[in-house]
Amino acid sequence: MSDRRPTPLLALRGISKSFLGVRVLDGVGLDVGAGEVHAVVGENGAGKSTLMKIISGGYAPDAGTVEFDGEPRVFGGPRDARRAGIGIIHQEFNLLPERTVAENVYLGNEPTRRGLVDRRRMRERTRRLLASVGETALPADAAVGRLSVAQQQVVEIAKALALDARLIIMDEPTAALADHEVTLLYALVRRLQEQGIGILYVSHRLTEVFDLSDRITVLKDGRRVTTTDTADTSADDLVRHMVGRELSHYYPPRAAPSDVGAVRLTVRRGGNRRVRDIDLDLRAGELLGVGGLQGAGRSALARALFGAAPFTTGEVSLDGRPVRLRSPRAAMRAGIAYVTEDRKGEGTIARQSVLDNALLAGRAAFPLRSGRAARTARVRELLAAVEVRSAGDHQEIRFLSGGNQQKVVLARWLALHPRVLLFDEPTRGIDVGAKSAIHDLVRRLASAGAAVLMISSDLPELLGMSDRIVVMRDGRIAGELPAGAREEDVVGLALGTARETAA
Amino acid sequence: MSTQTLRRQLRPAQWARPGGLAPILAILVVLLVLITARQPDFLSPPSLMSFLGRSAPIILLAAGQYFVIVCGEFDLSVGALVTAQVVVAARLIDSDPTRTWPVVLVLLVGGALVGLVNGLVTTRLGVPSFVTTLGMFLVLVGAVYLWSDGAPKGGLTEEFRQYGRRAVEDVPLLGRIPYAVVILVLVATVAVLLTRADFGRILIAVGDNPRTARLSGVRVWRTRTAAFVLSGLAAAIAAILIGGYSGVSFQAGAGLEFGAITAVVLGGVALGGGRGSVVGAMLGATTLELLFALMNFYGISGALRPAVQGVIILVAVAVAARRSTSR
Repeated sequence: MSDRRPTPLLALRGISKSFLGVRVLDGVGLDVGAGEVHAVVGENGAGKSTLMKIISGGYAPDAGTVEFDGEPRVFGGPRDARRAGIGIIHQEFNLLPERTVAENVYLGNEPTRRGLVDRRRMRERTRRLLASVGETALPADAAVGRLSVAQQQVVEIAKALALDARLIIMDEPTAALADHEVTLLYALVRRLQEQGIGILYVSHRLTEVFDLSDRITVLKDGRRVTTTDTADTSADDLVRHMVGRELSHYYPPRAAPSDVGAVRLTVRRGGNRRVRDIDLDLRAGELLGVGGLQGAGRSALARALFGAAPFTTGEVSLDGRPVRLRSPRAAMRAGIAYVTEDRKGEGTIARQSVLDNALLAGRAAFPLRSGRAARTARVRELLAAVEVRSAGDHQEIRFLSGGNQQKVVLARWLALHPRVLLFDEPTRGIDVGAKSAIHDLVRRLASAGAAVLMISSDLPELLGMSDRIVVMRDGRIAGELPAGAREEDVVGLALGTARETAA
Repeated sequence: MSTQTLRRQLRPAQWARPGGLAPILAILVVLLVLITARQPDFLSPPSLMSFLGRSAPIILLAAGQYFVIVCGEFDLSVGALVTAQVVVAARLIDSDPTRTWPVVLVLLVGGALVGLVNGLVTTRLGVPSFVTTLGMFLVLVGAVYLWSDGAPKGGLTEEFRQYGRRAVEDVPLLGRIPYAVVILVLVATVAVLLTRADFGRILIAVGDNPRTARLSGVRVWRTRTAAFVLSGLAAAIAAILIGGYSGVSFQAGAGLEFGAITAVVLGGVALGGGRGSVVGAMLGATTLELLFALMNFYGISGALRPAVQGVIILVAVAVAARRSTSR
């Protein structure tokens, strides 16, 4: 297929985009021909979503051009892109569950007759659209809420086709599908391809990428690393392209074997709606890194251990005693602390003071542990010890930088003397200087005898900090790696290209 | 309170920030100036004391409403609760002086129970508090009519009514201090202490960001339910004062819930929760009453009260919304 490549339908040249001074895309070029399936792969944060949003009119690029059908285009918004013939199928569908398939397909685009919606024509056209992609069994007047996920996806695609889409972007289309439904999606993609529709296929799952695509583009840190014909590359090559960068950051020294103590936290066959078959041992003095892709169940694991979304099966024990972690409060009282990934949404009380924020957990979970004055004095000491920079303890926390907010959150937890600390992306959105400070703190906590679990999408951080790494995939622990593992090892496990390793 | 903490609270930055007391104090002063211009002896102790005594119920209700609003909820049931309590008190006492204290106790427990039901229905059944307390409002009104066959029965004793209309006499300088003012000062003190205690800080945290609060070990439902209980208790105390001052009627508490909410908003407390002080809420109630007194002195019809309250609520919320988006 690659040797008779059609003229490009979509051509991107030198696309750049920054958010708040952080360059997310840097001179990315890419083209998609009519009837071509072009896969885009890359780590979390490589810039895939931003690129797709630019193509579909969600963002305007800072630099570079988007050519569609040989003409440069500037889309004012997603609506413009849709009208031009670019459809996007998001992971989360945009459907009205109470409305019928036909109503959804023609939402905002209803065929009319004398100013009124022509329902008969709408149904008829929907039926034809569905038939054109081989879906004859799907009734046009069924309520969308009753359909399976795979069928809803077909409705989304029909919705794009109703606007004569000639390029369809699929963002992780199989993420929500069952295995047998994936086969159906393959057939659908093939049929779209036969109709001359270009497809940009964004996926973490390399198997699909190899099964479906004609060409593959690898993005890393906002740059295009390579574009190759699928036939000319291998999964190992791709993984190698996706990782690898200079280590330019100093990490505190790891724990010596003698520093690592007894097993503190044990999970056996832990599972709930998001994670399965979790077997985990966490030792005092140890920093266990958790890697994996977004949605692989890393946060779900931490939230299960913290009782925010508890395990429904399996056992957890702490210092050899079985514990039931049914709520954050119960987990806190058992000695577990959790620093969340979403600082603004669930880590801080924006309009309360630095002091109130740092006191919150102690006040809430241990109302009787110590006198108020003693507690306040201790928290003030901690705020000073973690070097929070603020206009004073009475300043509202929302006026602090991300790094300083994170330090306040840390002080909140340190005040409880936790025996187990769960960090979820502890340095996300934090400037470099504060990052090092947080790395040092996290390591010092482990050295002081706490058992630390740290989730990180930042591979250098994960590799630089961890004494041991577990990698999650699809809600399970895919494998374990020792300190000194390579980025390729982590990515391989995360994507499922490497053989499972037992440590 | 040490002088150091006092000084910290008096820092200009604290007063001027959104939710601070500066705006409400400014309005209060303006109204006082306008009133004394018309009625020079308004600020004399007897007149001032009697004004505060009359305003005590709405100030108490505003304090109760503060707890509910600052944690992100509403209590629309307090007006109906006041009416119900007054009517129930009259029937239970039935002019028998020996029943005064037991009935006071029944009212307090009843107020707390209504608050508990409001809180549990809102937090455990997930009914928005606007709907829960509106439902409670209707239930209370209906129940009172049913129970009393359409006309209040029995009567209140002087022992019961004294809290609403008698005073401590012959106080140096001030003359007479209505019992209502004494009760107001006591309740206000408790309210301020509560907001400074862990409970009050956690309550604001819940109103600002319940997810963070939960992940920090707060039992959000308990905290919110406690706020409704406090509002119910405040309504019970207000009912005792109103019953004493104005006697038994089906109109005893009519419209008080809106008065209380208006007062709280006027006092700089954010609807939706997370910001404001109980002192602000109580000053808001005082300001509102002062405004009505002013309207009275200037001969403006009392029939305009609801309209004035409506305008205040709209303006105050609009101003707060502008301030929070223009940051």
